[in-house]
Amino acid sequence: MHRIQEKLSILADAAKYDVSCSSSGSKRKNTGGIGNASSSGICHSYTEDGRCVSLLKILLTNHCIYDCAFCVSRRSNDVKRAAFTVEEVVSLTMNFYRRNYIEGLFLSSGIFKNADYTMERLLRIVKKLRTEEHFHGYIHLKTIPGASDDLIREAGLYADRMSINLELPTEAGLKMVAPDKDHASVRKPLAYVNQQMQTYKAESKLIKHVPSFVPAGQSTQMVIGATPESDREIMQVAKEFYDQYRLRRVYYSGYVPVNNHHELLPQTGTPPPLIREHRLYQTDWLLRFYQFEVDEILDADHTHLDLEIDPKLSWALRNPHLFPVDIHTADFNTIIRIPGIGRLSARKIVQARRFGRLHEYQLRKMGIAFNRAQHFMVCADTPIRLGMPDMHTVRSQILQESQSKYNLRFRTAQLSLF
Amino acid sequence: MQYLYDGTYTGWLTCVFESFERKEADAEPAIHNAPSADLFRGTRTIITDNAKAKRVYDGLCHKLTHQRAADFFRAFLSEDPQAHTAAFRIIRQVFTGNAAMLENYGDTDVLYFAQTLKKVSRERHRMKAFIRFRKSSDGLYFSVVEPDFNVLPMIARFFRDRYADQRWLIYDARRRYGLLYDLQSVSEVALTHNEKETLTAGTVSIALDEKETLYQQLWQQYFKSTSIASRKNTRLHLQHVPKRYWKYLTEKW
Repeated sequence: MHRIQEKLSILADAAKYDVSCSSSGSKRKNTGGIGNASSSGICHSYTEDGRCVSLLKILLTNHCIYDCAFCVSRRSNDVKRAAFTVEEVVSLTMNFYRRNYIEGLFLSSGIFKNADYTMERLLRIVKKLRTEEHFHGYIHLKTIPGASDDLIREAGLYADRMSINLELPTEAGLKMVAPDKDHASVRKPLAYVNQQMQTYKAESKLIKHVPSFVPAGQSTQMVIGATPESDREIMQVAKEFYDQYRLRRVYYSGYVPVNNHHELLPQTGTPPPLIREHRLYQTDWLLRFYQFEVDEILDADHTHLDLEIDPKLSWALRNPHLFPVDIHTADFNTIIRIPGIGRLSARKIVQARRFGRLHEYQLRKMGIAFNRAQHFMVCADTPIRLGMPDMHTVRSQILQESQSKYNLRFRTAQLSLF
Repeated sequence: MQYLYDGTYTGWLTCVFESFERKEADAEPAIHNAPSADLFRGTRTIITDNAKAKRVYDGLCHKLTHQRAADFFRAFLSEDPQAHTAAFRIIRQVFTGNAAMLENYGDTDVLYFAQTLKKVSRERHRMKAFIRFRKSSDGLYFSVVEPDFNVLPMIARFFRDRYADQRWLIYDARRRYGLLYDLQSVSEVALTHNEKETLTAGTVSIALDEKETLYQQLWQQYFKSTSIASRKNTRLHLQHVPKRYWKYLTEKW
């Protein structure tokens, strides 16, 4: 095995717990050289766990001065260590990109020596890619907390997206497993980059050629299930970060136990909380695209999301007085609140209803989840009913009819007995 | 009345023109050598005419936005007779003053048309994602694909803009033509018989760049290392990367 291949295996392995994969949101053009950004992003492949592979996601090094219990690269962990040279990262990126393997580079790093030293190395790589290789593909760069403002600002001129991970949703959780870290050191650079972005944006309205500064915005990530936060706390933190730092994305990463050294963390062999993670993403989408508020979905009586059903359905079951909705008269924002109807189908409904009343077979063909939606809406051939049916009945009926993909494994195991 | 045309988009647009010219509202275009040619209905052979096709296309752009007008070409690339028929009925409606009907998703034709566009667009996007170039010893980056629909015309600009400083070739082995970029412009190429022999999706006998195998190995290594074993989800993996695409994908060899 080539040394470079060994390094790649170590440093890709160490970077894989960072779930951010997006390559969207940037409009960088190819101005004499190679590459451009696709504004919708492109997933070039998918790993066997079903996550997309869009960027070459690697650490510059997995040497680290910190000892965070949840992290595979922490100082006290006995793993192979490696470090790329600047040239190695550049040539890997360029050769993968030219073969259409990737959309660009996702570069992170363990902290070696100190924050400025690390940030300076990261900066050197992206600068070389942009100025010497004339690479205009997507670059996602980690901001190293504690690095100087000058370094961060310069990096922002070359990167499309920057991110810093919050790691644990609450300060208390963080103190428990990573005593050297705090949320304040994440907030400060997020705020700084956001403020710079707004400044550049304001300038571009007055001056024609302003360099783009982090055009695809910032994101962050929280580890889910390592520490005992409730879903309500998690979503409140997410909401606050969306609002305060105008983040494009908050990622939720189900904790994959890496060892048994810390007695408070889930031990190895504990399966990662995949369903919970999925429900959190659904809630995130409801907040960003369906105009829901956190308090509507999660309140003091419901601090955790229902794992059996999706958060929109769960909200609807708690609010029977808002249903059924007549899809012929309701506005778009009301229709998207019906469980089983998404934004695209809602748009089709709003356009199609001008031509006549819509029937079940038409709605099914448009792609709505009719089994779920039928309890909460009225269409042309809905049978007349008096009042709303009992919500417990609706719930169990939906659960019986639906084939949750999460139950599938269980069901096939049962069937194989025969 | 069945209109037999040569299978080109220009020919198809000529059919639209003729159906109005001859006032034959029940016209239905079919490719002249397609097995579906109906024996029991009258047929008429339509001769492709650039001028007539252009009049139809200009008229379409006049009635609809350019984006919408181009949708008919995109649906045409699906090579699906049912979609062609739906598109033909819709285009006739558009010219009889009912352009708004394109939004009537309750209508079977409109919905089928919209769903076809979605399918074609998905295949186009997949080609942007799944095409893998190999570098030959003379510096040409080449790729062989067999897309479900004839989407090469829809991805030419994307690859030209992105890979502007390298020569590349994308060859559609099913439809036997390719796109070649020579650092100046993209042109359509057909290969000679011998060249075809050297380029099929599975086996390629072209001299490769000396570093090519190394980067293929590195990419395979990366793909392996970036997967998390305890989250393995084969169902989801197959949903995103259906098996019929594996033969293109270096990481799945």
